[in-house]
Amino acid sequence: MGKLLQEVLTMLAYIVRRVLLMIPTLIITSILIFIIIQLPPGDFATSLQADVASSGGGQDAAMLENIRHRYGLDQPLPIQYLRWIAGFPRGDFGYSLEWNAPVWDLIADRLGFTILLSGLALVFMWFVSVPIGVYSATHKYSLGDNALTFLGFLGLSVPDFMLGLIYLVGATLLLNMSAGGMFSSAMEKAPWSLAKVLDMLNHLWAPLLIMGAAGTAELIRIMRGNLLDVLGEQYITTARAKGLRERVVINKYAVRVAINPLISVLGMQIPKMISSSIIIGVVLSIPTVGPLFLRALTTQDMYLAGALLMFMTVLLLIGNLLADIALAWVDPRIRYQ
Amino acid sequence: MKDLDRQYEELRALYEQRGEEEDTTAKRLLAAEESRFASSQWRVIWHKFIRNRAAIIGGAVILLFYLGAVFADFISPYDLETRMVQYAYMPPQRVHFFASGMFRPFVYGITSARDSVTLKKVYKENISEKIPVRFLVQGHPYKLFGLVPMNVHLFGVKESGVFLLGTDGQGRDMFSRTILGSQISLSIGLIGVFLSLIIGAILGVASGYFGGWADQVIQRLIEVVRSFPSIPLWMALTAALPNHWSPLKVYFTISVILSLIGWTWLARQLRGKVLSLREEDFVMAAQLAGASHTWIIFRHLIPATLSHIIVIGTLAMPSMILAESALSFLGLGLRPPLTSWGVLLQEAQNIQTLVVYPWLLIPGIFVAVSILAFNFLGDGLRDAADPYTL
Repeated sequence: MGKLLQEVLTMLAYIVRRVLLMIPTLIITSILIFIIIQLPPGDFATSLQADVASSGGGQDAAMLENIRHRYGLDQPLPIQYLRWIAGFPRGDFGYSLEWNAPVWDLIADRLGFTILLSGLALVFMWFVSVPIGVYSATHKYSLGDNALTFLGFLGLSVPDFMLGLIYLVGATLLLNMSAGGMFSSAMEKAPWSLAKVLDMLNHLWAPLLIMGAAGTAELIRIMRGNLLDVLGEQYITTARAKGLRERVVINKYAVRVAINPLISVLGMQIPKMISSSIIIGVVLSIPTVGPLFLRALTTQDMYLAGALLMFMTVLLLIGNLLADIALAWVDPRIRYQ
Repeated sequence: MKDLDRQYEELRALYEQRGEEEDTTAKRLLAAEESRFASSQWRVIWHKFIRNRAAIIGGAVILLFYLGAVFADFISPYDLETRMVQYAYMPPQRVHFFASGMFRPFVYGITSARDSVTLKKVYKENISEKIPVRFLVQGHPYKLFGLVPMNVHLFGVKESGVFLLGTDGQGRDMFSRTILGSQISLSIGLIGVFLSLIIGAILGVASGYFGGWADQVIQRLIEVVRSFPSIPLWMALTAALPNHWSPLKVYFTISVILSLIGWTWLARQLRGKVLSLREEDFVMAAQLAGASHTWIIFRHLIPATLSHIIVIGTLAMPSMILAESALSFLGLGLRPPLTSWGVLLQEAQNIQTLVVYPWLLIPGIFVAVSILAFNFLGDGLRDAADPYTL
């Protein structure tokens, strides 16, 4: 019992250390993001001013004054940054001028959906790549292994937006379905029902597959390589010599060890998932943060773009944190260092 | 009894002969082994590399692509902006190579009509009219390598047109545009990789060699850069480029932006490598001989890690090409008149158009093939440069 308690305590100490290390990174990234969103010439108040001039003042003028005051646009940049970042802990992430709404109201749903989609894609990757990797390694150079390796290289090479376009064209031509979006047009306005959920699932499997394609290919290759390395170890020969069944040797002895490095690789997939969810969101017009981010960038709606970039960075850091914790959990050497 | 004796003699002779043969084989193998151990590092790498068929094919494809890019003006029958509105949205044309048993490539003449129901323009081959495809024909003038004024093109037709990959909505030849687009797609990645190799090599080697606070600062910097998701960061940076910049300026800025994240990977790898090299005798010998840090880094450490640098550079190319095409596809990267594969795909983004004119996706195949080839080549180089295998 005492041993277990000690284990838990070391684990907690590791997590605390890891979280504390994140704070300086967060501060620096937030400063960099603020600089990036200030890069385009002219701030949003000037563009709003143009709007105000064309619409003839009134309510907009008051709002402009309000915004100027709230974000300290007349103040020097460091003060502006402090005001911007000070809002974050209070849940004030800035104000979108394009949409005329607080940033959080615009992104909350989309952020949740992006996390859901990326998470599902990661789960998909894991469950597909481990068995295939094991099959490839245990059937080295067989027809199936070669075919899977080729497929893997293909998955690595075709850009995700290309896969999205091919899927859209293919679905329209062959399946004659309205691919893209979250629902088919008939279901869009309908209240939630089983049919609507099924319709949504029917629209979601393709984005998941496309987002997971490159990562799955990479994970299969790594799993195959790891398992091949482990299968060459002497303790595997010993296990076989003892007369253990091949299934037990592979699943309980080899795979258990070969799977460890895959956790950190899965962690490395998180930034790619965030990037991919943006592009896929744009191509397949599904409500990830992607389309909103792209629009915010092109219309120079900089508080919205900055908040989104900040959230994506935080998402990435949290993802890496979780991957590190998972790795420390399965591999005690890491938490004791 | 005699029979047995004879058989025994025969067997013995055979056995001795075999023995001699085996002896020479063994000697030859030994000599080969010795020459392999005595050969230089680059020779070993080369020998391992040419045994890898996938890597050779990948390398050949890349060579072909880059040759195509260098001679793009010569290869493409039309200019980037040659518009032949009468042939808008024409599907890829079939080239027939043999006429009456002889090698005489030709295309059929094209007649166009409007579909009475959809009002869509449809093209038909006019079988009675054979238009010969000539080689080394005179066409629009261009400057080879931007220097030599020429007007000879690899192939072309006198009348009508030849469109190997079809045309786009403005009647521009997709083959010419794809080949000319490869110039930008393939070079922007090369420049991006080159820049990130320079930054990564210098910072990575310095980080490993000096250690201490320099190492700390560089490692924290890498951590910060890597905590950004790459595509969103690239998007934000490219979106900040002013509209009025010249195409050349945009091109170079984007390659710089692409290299901003790529260098961290190389720096991490080289740091580890240099950390172990630092303890080697040859570095200490150089230090004792009074060599400066700069000398040791540039004369000893960077050459010692060069194979690593090349491998990582090759493996970084796919992500550069991917990033450029993704950014241009989103409309944030390069803009016309700069034409890259990503820009071509951006023009094809409209799904209604794509369903009717699917050949507009062909530049994407070029993206995929170049990435595939670079992956094969990079994997082959990595295995070849690994000193622990023979």
